[in-house]
Amino acid sequence: MTTDYQKVEFPYVRSQDQDAREPVDHPVVVVGAGPIGLTAAIDLAQQGVPVVVLDDDNKLSSGSRAICFAKRTLEIWDRLGCGERMVQKGVSWNVGKVYFRDELVYSFNLLPESGYRRPAFINLQQYYCEGYLCEHAQALANLELRWKSKVVGVEGQGDGVALRVETPEGPYRLHADYVIACDGARSPIRGMIGQESIGRSFRDRFLIADVKMQAGFPPERWFWFDPPFHRNQSVLLHRQPDDVWRIDFQLGADADPEEEKKPERVIPRIQALLGRDAQFEIEWVSVYTFSCSRMDKFRQGRILFAGDAAHCVSPFGARGANSGVQDAENLAWKLKLVLARKAPDALLDTYDDERGYAANENIQCSTRATDFITPKNNVSRMFRDATLKLSKDHAFARRLVNSGRLSLPATLHDSPLNTPDCDTFSGEMAPGAPAADGPVMVRGDAGWFLAQIGGDFNGVYFSDGTLSGDIHRSFASLSRGAIPLTAIVVAPKGISLPESPGGTTVVEDSEGLLRQRYDARAGTFYLMRPDQHVCARWRRFDVDATRAALARATCTG
Amino acid sequence: MQTLIVEPNIVRPDDFYEALIDMHRDLTDEQSQMANAALILLLANHVGDLGVLREAIAAARTSVKPT
Repeated sequence: MTTDYQKVEFPYVRSQDQDAREPVDHPVVVVGAGPIGLTAAIDLAQQGVPVVVLDDDNKLSSGSRAICFAKRTLEIWDRLGCGERMVQKGVSWNVGKVYFRDELVYSFNLLPESGYRRPAFINLQQYYCEGYLCEHAQALANLELRWKSKVVGVEGQGDGVALRVETPEGPYRLHADYVIACDGARSPIRGMIGQESIGRSFRDRFLIADVKMQAGFPPERWFWFDPPFHRNQSVLLHRQPDDVWRIDFQLGADADPEEEKKPERVIPRIQALLGRDAQFEIEWVSVYTFSCSRMDKFRQGRILFAGDAAHCVSPFGARGANSGVQDAENLAWKLKLVLARKAPDALLDTYDDERGYAANENIQCSTRATDFITPKNNVSRMFRDATLKLSKDHAFARRLVNSGRLSLPATLHDSPLNTPDCDTFSGEMAPGAPAADGPVMVRGDAGWFLAQIGGDFNGVYFSDGTLSGDIHRSFASLSRGAIPLTAIVVAPKGISLPESPGGTTVVEDSEGLLRQRYDARAGTFYLMRPDQHVCARWRRFDVDATRAALARATCTG
Repeated sequence: MQTLIVEPNIVRPDDFYEALIDMHRDLTDEQSQMANAALILLLANHVGDLGVLREAIAAARTSVKPT
């Protein structure tokens, strides 16, 4: 039987905590069971930290909402063991097309090279994403989901956070060492502690219509500037699973949101795009505006804000949910180390450093896209139209067209956790970069590099086909450290190294792509964080330098 | 580092100026503005250097609205 994720209701269950005399203490309470809260909770629970998730509702996302999940997000969910289901159900796509008035001006491929496990994007209704995450979460013994549990009071204390929770059976109190607030753009928790998300609001209104139809369009992102069927505005088309198509119409600043939601207003707009005879059913309609904003600090004492609660962007570029999932994974390993007293509390400050940097990048990208799509005056419209006209014949202008700079993970160049390069490297894998994937052979089976790393710190050693006893002993000693480091040996294409006795994983760089992507030579060594980000690299392995970089990456130096 | 050239650099300045004005022949005001925008974009790509472009943008703005 297939689950109708739009109708699922989770039961409210009385918790033992409601009968306790004193507020029960939990290491981590996550507020909000959306994609970000669930990702954070699953990551923590699977790393051994017990988590309670509180949600004021008992249903999954109403409407398809966030639909574009980026390659990095899928890689994170792969690490957590939830990625495959999303990709199986989702519509994978790499190609975007841009139309101006009545013609195609150009198309682009977001993932022009092969050798990655995941596509640039999948489209998947948010209720599926949340449903799959929920089912994964429910199977974890140390993760407790509490529905119809609304946080109505929050108070930071020296050693934690006191929470007041309202349920259908009345209120109760909880105590958490740390709270992760993933309670959305209007974050009640943020309001309760007197914080704000500050930025720029945009006046233009947009209509989302999800329609169900049999259509022959390919799985691509189509964006129209000023099309004949919707003059002077933009339109965006995306394919979702179950023959559902997302159509996003720009309506301008003067549109009446209530009027625009009525079928008699929506249907003619869709017919103008699809033709008068098109057969379709409307699944979901919403009229929205948006703002680009952020909190000054994502860390407020022992409350850590993630996702829309911390920062908001326009939908162009799919940088909302995708950046939130990266927040969650950035936070999970740091919280785990701090709670285990293996790293000082200061490590959590770097969550704000790193994800604040990423938020600024996302806000800048999304603000620029919005300004291009919705020009605010005649001269900006003139330049935009000139750019679009030139883009048909001139490649340079295509780089200026901005229908949304689609979500890429930030490279955390300025992170205090990075050890700056002392050797010369080229390419993308600088300290702070999210690790690139590539095909490998593991124990005789074809697999993927990213599936071999993450969760713990990893050392990735590019071997010439041999592994000296000295290096092997160093790896063994690093694996027994207070913060363990697990080494992976990458053998060159065509050479299969025997599995080393200490259990160090050996992979074969089966297409030579890892060497290319990491600009690696024999002896090159990368230090990777638990969230699969590069934090240091050298041309030759040195155990002391590795220990120092590991200390730096955990604020234990 | 490159800087914006403000000394004479066009080999036949009168020919250039004539061609520039000629570009607008038979165009409406709106078409002219569009052609100017396209010309700026083409030339900006030719220059390429963001520092030089910023200098030119600042000089153009100052010529209209002195700071």
